[in-house]
Amino acid sequence: MALTRDEIARVAHMARLSLSEEEIEGFAEQLSRILEHVERINQVDVTDVPPTYHAVTLQNVLREDEPQPSLERETVLALAPESEAGCYKVPKITEG
Amino acid sequence: MSTKWETVIGLEVHVELATETKVWCSCKNEFGAEPNTNVCPVCLALPGSLPVLNARALEYTIKAGLALNCKIQRRSKFDRKNYFYADLPSGYQISQFDLPLCYDGYVDITLKDGTTRRIRIQRIHLETDAGKLVHAGDDVAAADFSLVDFNRAGVPLIEIVTEPDLRSAEEAGLFLEKLRSILKYSGVSDVKMEEGSMRCDVNVSVRPAGSTEFGVRSELKNVNSFSAAVRGIEYEQKRHIRILEEGGQVEQETRSWRDAQGISVLLRSKEDAEDYRYFPEPDLPPVEVTTEEIERIRATLPELPDALMQRLMTEYGLSAYDASVIVAEREYAQWFLQAVELAGADQAKAVANWQINELYRVMNEKELGPDQIPLTPEQLVGMLKLMEKGTITGKIAKTVFDKMVETGKDAETIVKDEGLTQVADEGELLAIAREVVAANPKVFEDWKSGKQSAAQWFVGQIMKRTRGRANPQLALKLVTQALEEQAQK
Amino acid sequence: MSGMTHILSAARLNRLFLAGELSAVEIAESALSRIAKVEPQVGAFLHVAAEHVLDRAKKLDARRRAGDNEFGPLAGVPIAVKDNICTCGMETTCASRMLKGYVSPYDATVVERLRASGAMIIGKTNMDEFAMGSSGEASAFQTTRNPWDLERVPGGSSSGSAAAVAAGEVPLALGTDTGGSIRQPAAFTGVVGLKPTYGYVSRYGVVSFASSLDQVGPLGHDVEDVARLFEVIAGPDRRDATNAGRTPPELKFGGDPSLAGVRLGVPRELFGQGIDSGVKARVEEAIRQLEDLGATVEECSLPSTEYALSAYYVIALAEASSNLARYDGVRYGFRAAQTGGLTEMYSKTRGEGFGAEVKRRIMLGTYVLSSGHYDAYYRKAQQVRTLVVRDFERAFERFDALVTPTTPFTAWRIGEKIDDPMAMYLGDICTIPVNLAGLPAISVPCGFVDGLPVGMQLIGKHFADAQLLQMAWAYQKVTKHHESRPVLTEEGGR
Ligand SMILES: [Zn+2]
Repeated sequence: MALTRDEIARVAHMARLSLSEEEIEGFAEQLSRILEHVERINQVDVTDVPPTYHAVTLQNVLREDEPQPSLERETVLALAPESEAGCYKVPKITEG
Repeated sequence: MSTKWETVIGLEVHVELATETKVWCSCKNEFGAEPNTNVCPVCLALPGSLPVLNARALEYTIKAGLALNCKIQRRSKFDRKNYFYADLPSGYQISQFDLPLCYDGYVDITLKDGTTRRIRIQRIHLETDAGKLVHAGDDVAAADFSLVDFNRAGVPLIEIVTEPDLRSAEEAGLFLEKLRSILKYSGVSDVKMEEGSMRCDVNVSVRPAGSTEFGVRSELKNVNSFSAAVRGIEYEQKRHIRILEEGGQVEQETRSWRDAQGISVLLRSKEDAEDYRYFPEPDLPPVEVTTEEIERIRATLPELPDALMQRLMTEYGLSAYDASVIVAEREYAQWFLQAVELAGADQAKAVANWQINELYRVMNEKELGPDQIPLTPEQLVGMLKLMEKGTITGKIAKTVFDKMVETGKDAETIVKDEGLTQVADEGELLAIAREVVAANPKVFEDWKSGKQSAAQWFVGQIMKRTRGRANPQLALKLVTQALEEQAQK
Repeated sequence: MSGMTHILSAARLNRLFLAGELSAVEIAESALSRIAKVEPQVGAFLHVAAEHVLDRAKKLDARRRAGDNEFGPLAGVPIAVKDNICTCGMETTCASRMLKGYVSPYDATVVERLRASGAMIIGKTNMDEFAMGSSGEASAFQTTRNPWDLERVPGGSSSGSAAAVAAGEVPLALGTDTGGSIRQPAAFTGVVGLKPTYGYVSRYGVVSFASSLDQVGPLGHDVEDVARLFEVIAGPDRRDATNAGRTPPELKFGGDPSLAGVRLGVPRELFGQGIDSGVKARVEEAIRQLEDLGATVEECSLPSTEYALSAYYVIALAEASSNLARYDGVRYGFRAAQTGGLTEMYSKTRGEGFGAEVKRRIMLGTYVLSSGHYDAYYRKAQQVRTLVVRDFERAFERFDALVTPTTPFTAWRIGEKIDDPMAMYLGDICTIPVNLAGLPAISVPCGFVDGLPVGMQLIGKHFADAQLLQMAWAYQKVTKHHESRPVLTEEGGR
């Protein structure tokens, strides 16, 4: 399946990746080739085959509702590119 | 020619669960902490951190489902809903896509005219709350930057989705009230709209009355109170009808409710709808719920408002109105039941009267919430006992009641300290009765001419003289005696 | 003696430390000096924690002098940790510009376990960015070279961990394996690498690439060392919901190596076309040696593995696209220079912070999950995964373990496949099915082709990691391929 430039641009926006023109061109070609290979799975008959989401079967792995100490605010905010007033600072939000 | 329109409403209600800790990590789930103090690698989505499900969040979700008459999914799983936003640390919200924990439930609401409507619950799923954005000013789009507090990120949230069964803003309001009450009774949430622990999205469409097809709907976001929901629905309903009557077409879109201005504005159109790329959460194994587990959780459910209301009416003979205002809040009902337990079932009506007429009045005046009841059941019952014994009169009781609220002391102490004991000394009261009769010849004449209320007026005078401490029956008897004596003079 | 520690095993170093014959400081200094000498050629480390390791060594020595004898099985052993495993006090960058300078405020569970075992973490190793790659060339910071031929790649994505062990910089290292990232570089550099059963080792603190496939595992010179490290890191962890809560049985090696009664299967699909003839010959020799040890060997079939690679890429990249969404320039790591609004900040940060291979994979993963494609790709891939699992289940009804080459070919030249992602992906054909099924597998050196190491892969049943290690030990005992070391001139030339 060949991907168009528009599709690449749409996916890049969805993934929040700004791509250069060359990257868009390159990805269109490379991703198309990879998808072509990947589409081999469509040759397999999987009627009535359930999907496997987990490699090892487990269920109900739960945690008790007991508080544990949190991290210090100074510690976590020190990792942030920008912070103010005990909060993380982000640029103008332009969409809802 | 004018078409009659019918409004069709569906709600998506988000409710924060009242667990001790967040849903995927052991940070405290608390409201009002300093920004970014209840955060850890998991809820900040630091590299390498992994979620582990809080057992109580699972239990509360099932409990909410049972309280809302849902079926419980025996094998459930979590999914990732992928989108980018500043308040969402991991870039995906852990939610449930195709296997919600609860499905096919309902809530019955009683309309003003007394009829009952059943509102079906399509599903309830467990998901993750996001952090909070703090803007300069209240318009996100107008602020130059935003500040983010992740204390709320990772708080367990249930989303309750109704079928499009509601037909008016009023019904939606009643439904939300009822839902809030049931959830609060079941103890899964403190459901405080003002703290944001209950929020809703509203889907509204309009169709010609009698039509069986749905109209095009708009989804209203940022509805932060019950009254906002009602106003928002009314606004949307009018907007749709206007468009349709002008021959236009309603667009399927998501709109934002601006309560202060009383308008909705376009957030995004159908074409711009987010592609959430749901897929099963690989970090979390599935959840299996056994019948035993469901029954164990069911057994922890308290009596819910509908059942309790019935019981208050049949067992204690309360009127539908009285019963409804007592069950309206879980705290009120608990207070009532405790008081009746102490006072005895024969005092149930008296308890209800005091609770509804006096307690609610005081709370109203003081603007107290249901979790701030200023009087204990013990205090009220102590006072009722004094009335029963004849120690205080009903009139004095009101004074005692207010003093109990004010001071927190019990009735006996107040009565003793303030000398409010009823005057039951016949001699003393008779002397007063003779005095007042003698002092008011005009009223006496009224009585003589057959005006029965004149006797009551004299009782009132005795009450005044005794500062309300006279036993009213005794006072009436002695007034009558004094009047008759005077008449024979 | 201390100048020679780089040829000593972890077991030996531990014994010498416990016996007081070598101090931890001597061991650490010796390892640091070896690193200083060969790193300019190999480039295995992104970060060498010299101060940290010496400090730690001093504390271990002080404890020992004070008569403490409660030391863990790795006391005094220097260890390298792949840079996608979180370590307090040292950078954890995943070899990405996105996390340059990032110091985790918490330790991964495996790191806690390492510290408790007395191990001395000596530094963080280079890798393909976010573990996405098979050559190490996708690192944002440096190219790690194969100690056997410095013009060639060491494999990946645990490139630095494999190379550091092969070059004698450390006796043991931790790697991670999502589709072969421990076994393939182990094979390329002639060391032993174990990918444990999914769920045996905690993933908490291990930066996720593909959550349902990732597993941490050891790389070392010999099976005993690898087993020792495996025993330290495996076990229950309540912070990882996919952890199986199992503790591996205690491993003992010794006596005459024998594989009597062991039934081995050779899947023809992983031994046919596409496998280099030299590699094939080495593995066939190895199989004969396994037979000599008493194992019965039969051919078998895993028909669905033909589609495993496709299914793997869909699943791994879908999960990765979501796992890497958290790198958004808000809470940590890189943020692009300020422009416009939030959305633009995200896109620029991610566009500039991620390298080409990571972007390629995020794009693909986003695409296969997007509306209209989910069923055709993602769901289909998970169904094919079920078929792969069933193939293995059928095979394990007849066999105790399966034998394949670890890789179809030996290490390629640096730059050779960089522009052909698909060709690189095809090199993972033998290792990928194992991750899809969550099975344990080990790569052991089985000789050379043109001076380049070849690895044999043994695949076991779920949680049969200990049995696999026993088999690999028996093989190693009679073949000694693991004793070969690359010749690195210590003064920088070659
Ligand atoms: Zn947390």
